[in-house]
Amino acid sequence: MAHVTVTAKRSNIVRGIKRPSTPYLLLLPGLAWLAFFFIFPLINLAGTSTQTPTDSGEIGSYIQTFRFANYIDAISGARDQFARSIVYALIATLLALAISYPLAYAIAFKSGKWKNLLLVLVVAPFFTSFLLRTIAWKQILGNEGPVVTVLRWLHLLSPQSGLTASAFAVVTGMTYNFLPFMTLPLYASLERIDPRTLEAAGDLYANAITTFRKVTFPLSLPGVVAGTLLTFIPAAGDYINATLLGNPKTKMIGNVIESRFFEIVDYPTAAALSFLLMAAILILVMVYVRRAGTDELV
Amino acid sequence: MVDIAASTKGDLKLSNLTKAFGDFKAVDDLSLVIPEGSFFALLGPSGCGKTTTLRMIAGLEEPTSGKIAIGNTDITYAKPYSRPVNTVFQNYALFPHLTIFENVAFGLRRRGIKDVTEAVTKVLALVELGHLAQRKPVQLSGGQQQRIAVARAIVNRPALLLLDEPLGALDLKLRRQMQIELKWIQTEVGLTFVHVTHDQEEAMTMADTIAVMNEGRIEQMGTPVELYEAPRTVFVANFLGQSNLVKGKVVGNEGSDLQVSVHGNKINVPASRNFAKDNSEKSVLIGIRPEKISIEHAEPNSLGGGVITDISFVGVSTQFQIQMPWGQELSVFEQNDGGASHLQKGDTVTLSWKPSFTFALDGTSDVDAGTSVNPDEL
Amino acid sequence: MKRWLSKNLIKIYAFLAFVYLFIPIAYTMAFSFNDAGKSNLTWRGFTLNNWKNPCGAPDVCTALGNSLKIGFIATLLATILGTMIAFALGRHRFRGRSTVNILIFLPMATPEIVLGASLLAMFLNLGINPGFWPTVIAHVMFCISFVVVTVKARIASLDPKLEEAAMDLYASEVETFRKVTLPLVMPGIFGAALLAFSLSFDDFIITNFNSGTLTTFPKFVYISSARGIPAQANVIGSLMFILALAIVLTSQFVSTRKKRV
Repeated sequence: MAHVTVTAKRSNIVRGIKRPSTPYLLLLPGLAWLAFFFIFPLINLAGTSTQTPTDSGEIGSYIQTFRFANYIDAISGARDQFARSIVYALIATLLALAISYPLAYAIAFKSGKWKNLLLVLVVAPFFTSFLLRTIAWKQILGNEGPVVTVLRWLHLLSPQSGLTASAFAVVTGMTYNFLPFMTLPLYASLERIDPRTLEAAGDLYANAITTFRKVTFPLSLPGVVAGTLLTFIPAAGDYINATLLGNPKTKMIGNVIESRFFEIVDYPTAAALSFLLMAAILILVMVYVRRAGTDELV
Repeated sequence: MVDIAASTKGDLKLSNLTKAFGDFKAVDDLSLVIPEGSFFALLGPSGCGKTTTLRMIAGLEEPTSGKIAIGNTDITYAKPYSRPVNTVFQNYALFPHLTIFENVAFGLRRRGIKDVTEAVTKVLALVELGHLAQRKPVQLSGGQQQRIAVARAIVNRPALLLLDEPLGALDLKLRRQMQIELKWIQTEVGLTFVHVTHDQEEAMTMADTIAVMNEGRIEQMGTPVELYEAPRTVFVANFLGQSNLVKGKVVGNEGSDLQVSVHGNKINVPASRNFAKDNSEKSVLIGIRPEKISIEHAEPNSLGGGVITDISFVGVSTQFQIQMPWGQELSVFEQNDGGASHLQKGDTVTLSWKPSFTFALDGTSDVDAGTSVNPDEL
Repeated sequence: MKRWLSKNLIKIYAFLAFVYLFIPIAYTMAFSFNDAGKSNLTWRGFTLNNWKNPCGAPDVCTALGNSLKIGFIATLLATILGTMIAFALGRHRFRGRSTVNILIFLPMATPEIVLGASLLAMFLNLGINPGFWPTVIAHVMFCISFVVVTVKARIASLDPKLEEAAMDLYASEVETFRKVTLPLVMPGIFGAALLAFSLSFDDFIITNFNSGTLTTFPKFVYISSARGIPAQANVIGSLMFILALAIVLTSQFVSTRKKRV
C-alpha cells in the first residue's frame, strides 16, 4: 500500500493570516504617516520652543539656544488665558454632561424602536458646518435676535446689555458644539446595562433615585469618563467660540497661540504655550482617569 | 483546488497526541483509533481536553507532539483547509452575510466545484430545510441553524465530521429530536462522526463507541453498554449515571471470583468484573448501580441495616436515599411497577443485588471523582 | 396629571433637548431662504434664488470644491491606512502593542491648534508652503486615529469562529479574508470613512494653519463672518446636512431591511 504523506505548512491557527511579518507590514504605512506628520512636527515644535530671536531682528528668524526660560515667560504672559481656558472647558464639559446624560438615558431606555433614528438625530446637526452653527448662535443670541428681544421684553435684560460678546456666549457655544461627543459615549455605556439589573434594584427596595445613584450611574461610568475626555480635551484648546462669541476679555489660550503664530510672529512663545497646554491637558486627564479608574483609552 | 475528500479515507488514528499550554497539559499523550464509518463520542466534563482534541483533528489547534492520521495520510500539521475534515461548531458559526444556500455551498465553491445546486438542494432536503434556502441565518431559529450547520458540513462528504457540542444551545425536546436525527443522518450518509459532549445521556444515545476523557487522558473507551455496566475507574462509574461505591477489604477467592468484606457483609465479585489492582491494604471499592439494587427481593450480595432517609418520586422510578450503619448514604432506584410503594422514611431495609452486577475498582481511588458538583464550591 | 408628568419627564426633557440641538440648524436653513444681499443678518424676505443659484456668491463654490477634493483624498488615504492598523491590532499578536495604542490615541488627545501649528512649523522648516497637499496630509494625519478606533471596534465584534469555520470549509487564509472577514468588517470601514470625511470637511483650525491662501468651506464661512455670510453658504450647509442625513438614514434602512428579508 502506498504511503502518502500530505505535506503542508505548520498550521498556527488562532486568528487570521499568520506570517509573523504581517502585522508589522500592516502597521508600517499608517504609523509612518503618524511618525512623520505628528511625532516629528511635535519634536520640531519642542525644538522651536527653546529658541530665541536672532540678533538680526528679522521677523520670524530664530536660533536654537535651549532657553527653557521661554516656558516661564510664556506662562507668565498668558496666565489669565490659561486659567480661563481650563475653567471654560470644565464648565462646558459639566454642562454638556448635565444636558447629555438625561438625553442619552432617554434614548437608551425609553425610546423603543426609535432608538436608531434618535441616535442619528443626535449626530445630524453636526453634519452642518460647525462654523455655520456657531455663527447661527451668534445671530440667534445677538442683539437683534429673538432671544434678546424676548428677554428685554420680560425685563430680564437691560436695553444696553446683550448676550453675545460674553463669557456666557462662549461657554454656551462650546457646550453646544461638543454635545454629540458627550452623548454618544454615554449612550453606548448606558445601552450596555441590562434593564433587568435596574429591575433587580427595585426588587431589592431601591426607589428610582437610589437605583440611579447606586446602580445606573456607576455602571455608566466608563461612558462618563469617555465623554468628558472627548469634550474637555478639544474644548480646552478651542478658540473659535471665543473669537466669534466672545470679546477681548474672554480670550482663551488658543487665541493667544494663534496670534503668536500669525500676528505677532513669535514662534518660540507659541510653541512653548502649545506644549504647556498639552501638558496641562495630559496631567488633568491622567489624574481624572486614574481616579475614575478606567484604563481603556482607545 | 484538489478534491481532497475523495482521496483520503480510512480510520482516524491519534497517536500520543499532546497539547500543552505552558505547564498545563490540556491533552496528555492521547492515543486512539476511530473506525471509519462509526459514530464516536468524546465524553467528559468541561476542561477535560475533548474540545482541544477535536480542534487538533480539525487543524484549528497545533499539537505539541504526537500524530494524527486518516488511513495512511498524516494530517498532523496540515492546514484546516487541506484536511478532509469538517466541523459543526458549538454556536453554529453560520456566515451572517450569506444566504443559507451560499452557506451550505461555501465548502463546495472553495473546492472549485462549479455546479453546486444539486448537491446543496439534496442536503437541504435531507435536513428538511429546502424552503429556507434564500433566507439569512439571523432569520432562522436555533434548531434550524443547527441543522444548516450540519448540512454545510456533510455536503462536502468529508472523511471525518467533527461535532463540537452542537446540541448545547437547544431546549430538551429539540435536543432529543436532533440526537435521533443526527444518528439517522450518520447512518444514512455513512460518514465517520466524532461528537464531543459533556452530556452522558447524549453520548450513550448516539454513539457506537464512547471515549470518556478526564484531565487530558482517556479514562475508558468502549460501547455505551460496556462503559455503563462495567466501568473500570471511579471517574467513569460516577460520570456515567450514578454509582454506589463502598470501600471494602479483599478476604479471599471463591474460584476465580473475589470475596470482599464490606463492613461485615460478604460481597461476591465475579472475576470478569474485577478491575481493581492489588494494593498492600488489599482494599477495593465495590460498585453497584442504584437501579440494580432491590429492597424487596433477597439476592446473594447484600448490605443490611440501612435506614431510608429520603424518598423521591420521579415518574419512571422512585429514588431512595439509604443511610447505612457506617454513615455512608447509598442510592437505590426502584422502577415504579407497583413493587416498593409501601416503604416509608425511617424504615430499616436490606439492600441486595445479583453478584453479576457488581464491579470492583481500585481501593485507593478518590470516591468523588466524576461526580459533578462539589457543594463546597457552590 | 402629576403621575403622567413624572413618568414622562425624561421623554419631555429629551424632546426639549432635541429642539435645542436643532435650533441653529433650523436657523441656518431658514436663513438660506432669506432674500439678503451681501450680509445675511436680518430677515428681508423669502426667496428661492439662493437655492437656485448656490454658487452665486463669489468664492463659495470654489471653497466647497476644495473642501470636497481634500475630503475625498484624505478620506481614501486615512481609511486605507487606518484599516490596516486596525487589522494589525485586532487580528494579530505582536510586541509593542501598547505603544501603538498610545500613538493612535495621542492625536485625538492633542488640541487641534497644536496639531496644526506644529505641522505648519515643520512644513515651513522644510521649505514647503502651506496649500492643498499640506492640508490633505494634515487631514489624513488626524483622521487615521478615528478610523482605527471605529474599524477596530467592528473587528472586535467579529466572531473568530467564523474565520475558523471558513478555513474548516477549505478556504485559505486569503480566501477567508476576502469572502468572510472583509464583507463582515465592511460596514465598520464604511462608517469610518464617513466619519473621516465629515471630520475633514468640517475641520477649521488645522486647515487654517496649513492651507495658506487656499479656501475651504469652513474657512470661507469664518472669513466672511466679519462682513456677513452670504446666504449661499447657508444653502450649502443645509445641503450637506440633508445629504448626510439621507446617507445615514438610507444605510440604516437598508441594513434593517436585510435583516427582515
